[in-house]
Amino acid sequence: MAEGTEVVFVDGVRTPFGRAGEKGMYWNTRADDLIVKAMIALLERNPSLPKDRVDDVAIAATTQTGDQGLTLGRTAAILAGLPQTVPGYAIDRMCAGAMTSVTTTAGGIAFGAYDVAIAGGVEHMGHHPMGFDADPNPRFVAEKLVDGDALNMGKTAERIHDRFPQYTKERSDRFAMRSQQKLAAAYEAGHIQKDLVPVALRSEQGWGLADADEGMRPQTNMEGLAALKTPFRPHGRVTAGNASPLTDGATVALMTSKAAAKELGLTPKMKLVSFAFAGVAPEIMGIGPIPSTEKALKKAGIGIDNIGLFELNEAFAVQVISLLDHFGVEDDDPRVNRWGGAIAVGHPLAASGVRLMLQLARQFELHPEVRYGLTAMCVGLGQGGSVIWENPNWNGKKWDSGQLGREAKQLAKDKKAAK
Amino acid sequence: MTDYTTIDFSDLESMSADEVVTRAFVRDVRLASGKTLALITLDNGRDHTRPNTLGPVTLLELGRVFDGLRDRASRTEIDAVGLIGKPFILAAGADLSKVGEIPSKEAAKKLAQLGHHVLGKQATLGVPSFVFVNGLALGGGVEIALNADYRTIDASAPAIALPEVFLGIIPGWGGAYLLPNLIGIENALKVVIENPLKQNRMLKAQQAFEFGMADAMFPSANFLEDSLRWADGVLTGKVKVKRPNQPGKLERLAKWDVAIGIARKSLESKIGTVPNSPYAALDLLKAAKSGSKVEGFAREDEALAELISGDQFQASIYAFNLVQKRAKRPAGAPDKALARPVTKVGVLGAGLMASQFALLFLRRLQVPVVITDLDQTRVDKGLGYIRGEIAKLLDKGRIDTDESNRLNALLTGTTHRADFAGCDWVIEAVFEELGVKQEVFADIERYVSPEAILATNTSSLSVERIGEKLQNPERVVGFHFFNPVAVMPLIEVVKTPQQHDSTLATAMATAQRLKKNAVITTDSPGFVVNRILAKVLGEAMHAVDTGTPFETVDEAVRPFGLPMTPFVLLELVGLKVGAHVLDTHHTAFPERFFRSESLHELADLGQIYEKDGKGNAKGVDKRARKIVEKQHGGTGTAMAADELRRRIEDGLADEVHRMLAEKVVAAAEDIDLCLILGAGYPFHMGGLTPYLDRVGASERAFGATFHTPPIRGVVG
Repeated sequence: MAEGTEVVFVDGVRTPFGRAGEKGMYWNTRADDLIVKAMIALLERNPSLPKDRVDDVAIAATTQTGDQGLTLGRTAAILAGLPQTVPGYAIDRMCAGAMTSVTTTAGGIAFGAYDVAIAGGVEHMGHHPMGFDADPNPRFVAEKLVDGDALNMGKTAERIHDRFPQYTKERSDRFAMRSQQKLAAAYEAGHIQKDLVPVALRSEQGWGLADADEGMRPQTNMEGLAALKTPFRPHGRVTAGNASPLTDGATVALMTSKAAAKELGLTPKMKLVSFAFAGVAPEIMGIGPIPSTEKALKKAGIGIDNIGLFELNEAFAVQVISLLDHFGVEDDDPRVNRWGGAIAVGHPLAASGVRLMLQLARQFELHPEVRYGLTAMCVGLGQGGSVIWENPNWNGKKWDSGQLGREAKQLAKDKKAAK
Repeated sequence: MTDYTTIDFSDLESMSADEVVTRAFVRDVRLASGKTLALITLDNGRDHTRPNTLGPVTLLELGRVFDGLRDRASRTEIDAVGLIGKPFILAAGADLSKVGEIPSKEAAKKLAQLGHHVLGKQATLGVPSFVFVNGLALGGGVEIALNADYRTIDASAPAIALPEVFLGIIPGWGGAYLLPNLIGIENALKVVIENPLKQNRMLKAQQAFEFGMADAMFPSANFLEDSLRWADGVLTGKVKVKRPNQPGKLERLAKWDVAIGIARKSLESKIGTVPNSPYAALDLLKAAKSGSKVEGFAREDEALAELISGDQFQASIYAFNLVQKRAKRPAGAPDKALARPVTKVGVLGAGLMASQFALLFLRRLQVPVVITDLDQTRVDKGLGYIRGEIAKLLDKGRIDTDESNRLNALLTGTTHRADFAGCDWVIEAVFEELGVKQEVFADIERYVSPEAILATNTSSLSVERIGEKLQNPERVVGFHFFNPVAVMPLIEVVKTPQQHDSTLATAMATAQRLKKNAVITTDSPGFVVNRILAKVLGEAMHAVDTGTPFETVDEAVRPFGLPMTPFVLLELVGLKVGAHVLDTHHTAFPERFFRSESLHELADLGQIYEKDGKGNAKGVDKRARKIVEKQHGGTGTAMAADELRRRIEDGLADEVHRMLAEKVVAAAEDIDLCLILGAGYPFHMGGLTPYLDRVGASERAFGATFHTPPIRGVVG
C-alpha cells in the first residue's frame, strides 16, 4: 500500500556557482555539462545505489532551449551514464525549478510510484539571460492581467519597499552585507565545500578548475552598498548589492522512500514533512513565500516557532525581510541563513532550490537540537514555494536548547542594550 | 652524451615562420589536499579539424614554460605540473608540413634533439609531472605523455598511436626508448612497428590503458576533474601507481631479444628488407633493453636524422598527403551539386563479384538492391551468399538485429529484368565480353528511366563501346572496383566522351557513399592500375619466356619493395585472368606490352609455385619451368637482375609519361594514388613516380622528371 510512504532527502551536491556572462568562469562550459557533472558526483558519493534503481530523473531549467533544451532530465541521465532504462523529464517553475523537481519526485515517491529519484536543476544565466526569447501573451497587458512591473524582478522588489516603508534600504543593505560575511565564514569553516563538485573549466587561457563560488564579495561594507546605483528606478532601494547576482550553476539531490534508503544502505540527511506552493500578485512576487509557508506549516501541523533553521532564498534582501517580518522573526535571527544566501553565493534560478536544501541538511547535522527546518523561495510571476523538513538526527530537545538559543539570547540582550 | 642545452635551435625557429603554433597556457589548480598543480593546456586556437601539432616554435615555447615551472617548483610555489590538450585532442605529433621541408641532415637531427630537449624537461621539473591524455594523441603527442612521470587517459580518446614507422620514420622524441621500458617489449613492438604496418592501425583508449601507456583511465564526462583528483592522490600517497607491464629483469634477460628476433623474421617475410624505418625502429627497440635514457635519446636523434633526410620519408609524406588530401578531393570531379540521388540499385549478375557489389551497396547506401541473373538457381546462390555475409556481420556484432533485418528486407533477387524499374543506379558484373555487356544494358534501358546511371565494372573493355548501342549513352560510366571489393579502397571512375557531368558527379558521390576513394580516368585500356600491372607482369613473363630464371626476376624487382613478387601476384589474381589482361594490353599497345603464351599454359597447369601441405610456396614448379623453357627452346639469354630492373623501371617511366600525355588521369599524383590504393604500392616508393624519378628512370626514359623538384631526401 502506497499511502504513508515517507520521503527522505538522502544527499545532494552542487557545482560551484559562477558569475554569469562572458567574463564568468562557466562561459565556455555547457549548462547540461554542469548538471551532468553534479549528477555523476552524486552517484559516485552514493556507490551503494545501483544506477538502475533510479526510477526517474527530474531536472529543472527556466529557459529550456539550447544547452538547457531537449528534456534535460533524460539527456542528463544519458550523459551521466545512467542506464537507458532510467527515464527523465524536465521541470520549470522558474526560480523554484529545483525545489519543484524535489517536491514532484517526492510526490511520486509518496504515492509509491518511485523508490528512488534524482531531482535537480541548472541555470546558465550567461547562456540564457532571464526571459530571453520569451513571447508573453499580449492579453497580459491588454487586459491588465498583470502589471507592467511583473516581468522585471527588480521592480517587483521595489514594490515590496513601497508596500512596507519600514523595510528601508539600509535594512536591506545590512541584510546583504551579513549574507556576504556569513558565507565567507562558512567557507572559512569548510561547511560549503563539503557538497561542492569541482568543475573543469575551459578558457582561452587553458583549462582550470572551479572549486569555489565565484561571486562572493566578503569585503562588502555598508558604505560601499550605500553608494551603489538603483538600476530599477531612480532613487530606488534595490541595488546589485542587496539583490542576488546573475549566476550559472547546477544542483542535484537524491530523493528516496525511507524504505528504499534503508534497503540500499543510504543514510537520509532530511525527512520531508510538507511542502506547498502559493500565488500572489505577479508585480510583488517577492512576498510569495509568505502564503506558501503558511500553507506548508498548516499541512505539517506545526507553527513557525517549531522551525529551528531557515534557508530562505535571497532573491532580494527585502523579500526575505518581508517573510521574516511576517512571521515575527528578526532580520538577524541566528536561525536564518546561517551560512549566507543567494546574495553572496548567487542565484542560478532553477538550481537554487536544492542549494537551500544542501545547506539545511548540513546544518541539521550540526544542530541535533533542531527538529524542523524550512526551505523557501519566491518565484517569478507571483509565486512562493516552501518545503518543511525534519532532522533525522534530532535529539528530542528544543531548537533553542543549544547554540542557536544562546546566540538568540545574546542577540536579544545586545538589542536591549543598544536601545 | 648530448647536452641539449648547448644546442642553438634558432635556425629551426626561423624556418617555421608560418607554423600554426600550439600555445602552452598555464593556470594553477588548487587540489583538494591544498597542493597546487600548474596545469599546462596545449591549444592552437583552432577547432578540432586542425589538431594541435608540435612544430619548432611550439616546442621552444613549451620549453620556456617548463623552465618557468621548474623555477616555480624550486621556490615551492607548485607541487606538480600537469599537461592537457584542447577539447578532444592532446596533440597529433610533429608538424608534418614542416618535417617534409627539412633542408639538411643536420637540421633533421636538431629537430629530433629539440623534441628530446623539450619533452624531456618533464623529468627534471623538481616536482612530479603528469600528462592527461584527453583525446587524440599521435606520435609526438604520445611522446609528451611518455616523457612525463604519470599519465591518465580519457576513456573516449579515439586514437592513440605512434604512426612514425607508417610514415617512414621512427618515434624519435623518446618513444622508441621510453615505451618498451614502460609497457614491455612485446607491447611496444605492437605499438611501434606492427600497428603502423597494418594500414596505420591505432589504439583505442582502453587498449592503450591495458598496454600500460596510461596509469589510470577516466570517463570523458569528468576526465579532468577525475585526473586532478587522481594526481592529488599520487602526490599525497593515497594512490599507489602500479605498472604490471613494466619490464623486469627477467623480461630483459629472457624475453627481450627473443621478441626482437621473432619480430625481425616476421618483418622480413612480410615486407622484405627495402623499407628502412621498421628496421631502424627494431634496432632502437632492441637497444632500449639496456643503457641509460640519455643514450637512448642519442640513438633516436641519429636514427631520426638519418630517416628524415632520406628518400623514403620524403616519398612517404608525399604518399600520405595523397591519401589524406588528394583522395578526398579527386582531381577533375564535376560540381557535387550535379549528382543525382541513388534510391534503388540494380546489380546485373549474381556471381561472386556481383554479390560483393550488392552487399556493399546494401550496407553503405541502405537502399533497395535487386540482383538478377539468367536463372533462379544463380540468383538464389547470389542471395544466399549475401544473406550469409549479413549473418556473419550480425554474428560478429558489427551490425545489430534491426540492421540485419533492414538489410535483408532491402535485398531482392529476380530473373525478370523488368524488376529493375525504379532503379536509378544499375551496375553490371556480367561476363567480360563486349556483346554480352551491350545486350544487358540495352535490355535494361527498356525498364529504367532515361536518367538512371548504368555503371560497368569492366576492367578491359571500352566503356564507350559498351554504351554505344544505347538510347542514352550519356548515362554510362565505368566503375572499376578492386578485389576484394569490401577491402580495397579504390574505384577507378571512367569518363567517356558522351558522358554527362551529372553521370560522373553521381558516380563520384556514390563512390564516396560507398566509402571508397575514386580516381577519374579516361576510357583507355587498363585505365591506371591494370595498365601498370600489365607492364610489370608482361616484362616479368617476357623475361622468363626469353630465358631469365624466375628467381632473377624476383631479385630484379626486390628493390621496389612491392607487397609481392610478380609471379605471386599472378597466382593471386588468377593465372587465367592475368593472361587475359596481358593479351588485351598487348592488343592495345603491341609494341610496348608483352603477351605470354606460356602464361596461358601455366593457367592450364594451375600454378607457378609448388605448394606444401599448408599451401605455402616451396619453389617454382618444375613443370612451370618447362613451360617457359619451351618458349625459348633453351636458346634464351638470361638477363642480369640489374639489367631487367632497369628495363622495367625505364619501361614504367615511359608508360606513365605516355599516360600523362594521353591525360588518362589529371596528374602523376593520381597514378601514384591509384597504385597505393588499388595495388598496395608502398609509401616508401611514393606510389611509383617519386621512385622512378629518384632512380633516374624518368631522366632515362623522357629526359625529365615527373616531379620538380624530385621527391627525394636531402642527402641523395
